[in-house]
Amino acid sequence: MSVFPGRLRKVTLGGRRKAQGASAAPEREAVAGMADVPPVDIASNDPIIAYFQAASGAVDLEGLELESPARDALRAAGVKMVVPLVSQGELIGLLNLGPRLSEQEYSTDDRKLLTNLASQAAPAVRVGQLVREQQAEARSRERIDQELRVATLVQQQFLPKELPELGGWEVAAHYRPAREVSGDFYDFIELPEGRIGIVAGDVTDKGVPAALVMATTRSILRGEATHAAGPGEVLRRANDLLVPDIPPQMFVTCLYGVLDPATGRFRYANAGHNLPYVATADGVVEMRARGMPLGLMPGMDYEEKEGTIGPGESVLLHSDGLAEAHSPDGEMFGFPRVMKLMEGSGGGSEMIDVLLEELDRWHGRDAEQEDDITLVTLKRSASAGVTMSADEPQEELTSTAPAAPGRTSSNGRADDSVQVLDEFTLASEEGNERLVMERVTGAVAGLPLGSKRLERLKTAVAEATMNAIEHGNQNKAELPVSVRVMATDDDVQVHITDLGGANEVPDDTETPDLEAKLAGMQTPRGWGLFLIKNMVDDMQVTTDGDHHTIELTLHLKGDGNDD
Amino acid sequence: MTTRGFEAHARHREGVVIIDLSGEVNKFSGATLTAAYGEATEGNSSSVLLNFLDVDYINSTGIAVIVALLAQARTEARRVTAYGLTEHYKEIFEITRLSDFMAIYEDEDNAVAQVPA
Repeated sequence: MSVFPGRLRKVTLGGRRKAQGASAAPEREAVAGMADVPPVDIASNDPIIAYFQAASGAVDLEGLELESPARDALRAAGVKMVVPLVSQGELIGLLNLGPRLSEQEYSTDDRKLLTNLASQAAPAVRVGQLVREQQAEARSRERIDQELRVATLVQQQFLPKELPELGGWEVAAHYRPAREVSGDFYDFIELPEGRIGIVAGDVTDKGVPAALVMATTRSILRGEATHAAGPGEVLRRANDLLVPDIPPQMFVTCLYGVLDPATGRFRYANAGHNLPYVATADGVVEMRARGMPLGLMPGMDYEEKEGTIGPGESVLLHSDGLAEAHSPDGEMFGFPRVMKLMEGSGGGSEMIDVLLEELDRWHGRDAEQEDDITLVTLKRSASAGVTMSADEPQEELTSTAPAAPGRTSSNGRADDSVQVLDEFTLASEEGNERLVMERVTGAVAGLPLGSKRLERLKTAVAEATMNAIEHGNQNKAELPVSVRVMATDDDVQVHITDLGGANEVPDDTETPDLEAKLAGMQTPRGWGLFLIKNMVDDMQVTTDGDHHTIELTLHLKGDGNDD
Repeated sequence: MTTRGFEAHARHREGVVIIDLSGEVNKFSGATLTAAYGEATEGNSSSVLLNFLDVDYINSTGIAVIVALLAQARTEARRVTAYGLTEHYKEIFEITRLSDFMAIYEDEDNAVAQVPA
């Protein structure tokens, strides 16, 4: 076209402009291949960008009075006139023109035509850019989907292909992965003398890393289960093997138990996993055993406990995905609900159906599942004979309402030894303080703690947990908050530990100045530590460099003397 | 997030503006409470009565939300009163001295009888 006198050259805006970064590089290559003008980068803070964006048409570079490195670079490249391409108020590119071949100046008609051309070309260029961005996004999504497929594959590869057949027992398992598969796993390990090892575990984190740690943990446990003396020893060795190799901030919660199908005897140890529940004729009881998650710290010991699954009773091993699922309005499914549902469920696979149906009904069948859900149950047939060996002491399963720990020794003096009532970890997620409150309330249920003092303990525990989540672990969900509930004859103690040992311990337990807050001279916040201090009889804050612990102590008093 | 939903709705009874609160008062409650307060004070009433009967949990960040509401009411020369608190939260309102700035009543009848419209 004769009206197109100048050489049309395209110079990109350059990769230094953040908004243009994704599309700049390929364009630059295209330019380099088609023209003898080198591409010009325009810095995002160059005033010429705002100028071009506001310009109503072609801009004569000669007459442009502006302190702009880009203007100088364009001029040096031989550009005489620039036509900004603006789409929906955004500068998306430039048409750069050299001198007319006739060496005459650009006419008014030329400018009009160029301006019209730019206004029509800009949307088309923008569409091209968007298509390219979408293609890049699609490639990225494809990569993520591919990783999810790999993680799922690894995960499912290592889950049992079939369930063990145990005479007199019904074994059922259900694994329902979340879309972004996390590290749930379970396993059955054949042991000598007809016994069977049962594993339920959960690796923090998601995707391929979690799947690999899951596979490693499973192999270690399989190896140790056949060598070590008991479940506590298996977990102790597995922990020591995992600690050096596990990526930082990842850990594994794991329940490992050995069942003797002939007697129903179940010996178990727990590395911070959800407590197994047993549905009995008298209600649902928890199987408690203390122990830190695997992979956090070396040299950990794992308490070993033993209970018996009686005829007609069912044990349930379960991962967080069930009890910690949320309804659309943010309410948690909760452990008490799981226990209640177990009571009337009939046990075994029926129990799994009841739990899952209720979960679906409660959070909506179409809701996206937040976390993997793993449920393993073993139901002993009602007709199975009870044969318990008399020469080994039998520990009772710890019920949800344990007997008061304050004991009197034979000489009549109070035994002031500390009894651990519960120990567990939780992810540093907003709102989890209520879970801790719930669980501590359960752990101290058998203590002579009046209702008023119990409420104080709950508030102190919730505030200390919030402090650990928010300040200690900086709201990083993958960092655990560890909680230990203990009792002596005189006190109940709760220790709440985070990984913020390196952070300075705040010293703001002074009374907040309410007048100043109401007058708008101070932030309305800052009540946490003040509340804790006022709720308990003693509060200590300790740190060991890595960890930071709030130790709460409340004296036990009878119900009649509640305050 | 395990936060339970929080709701705040304004209503009138015998010329008194009452805001019924329910759920958990925490740092996420601020916007809802401010909106209900705005609605409650549209008629330019000189006081607002907060009903805590259906509130099952208040944490320190929830206390801060209440303090902020009190501060706002103060600048507008409005009185804020409350009822329906459990014994435990009454104690917390005393310890924090919130009850010095916000009269606490046993029940709605009592509160309405004593609060100026």
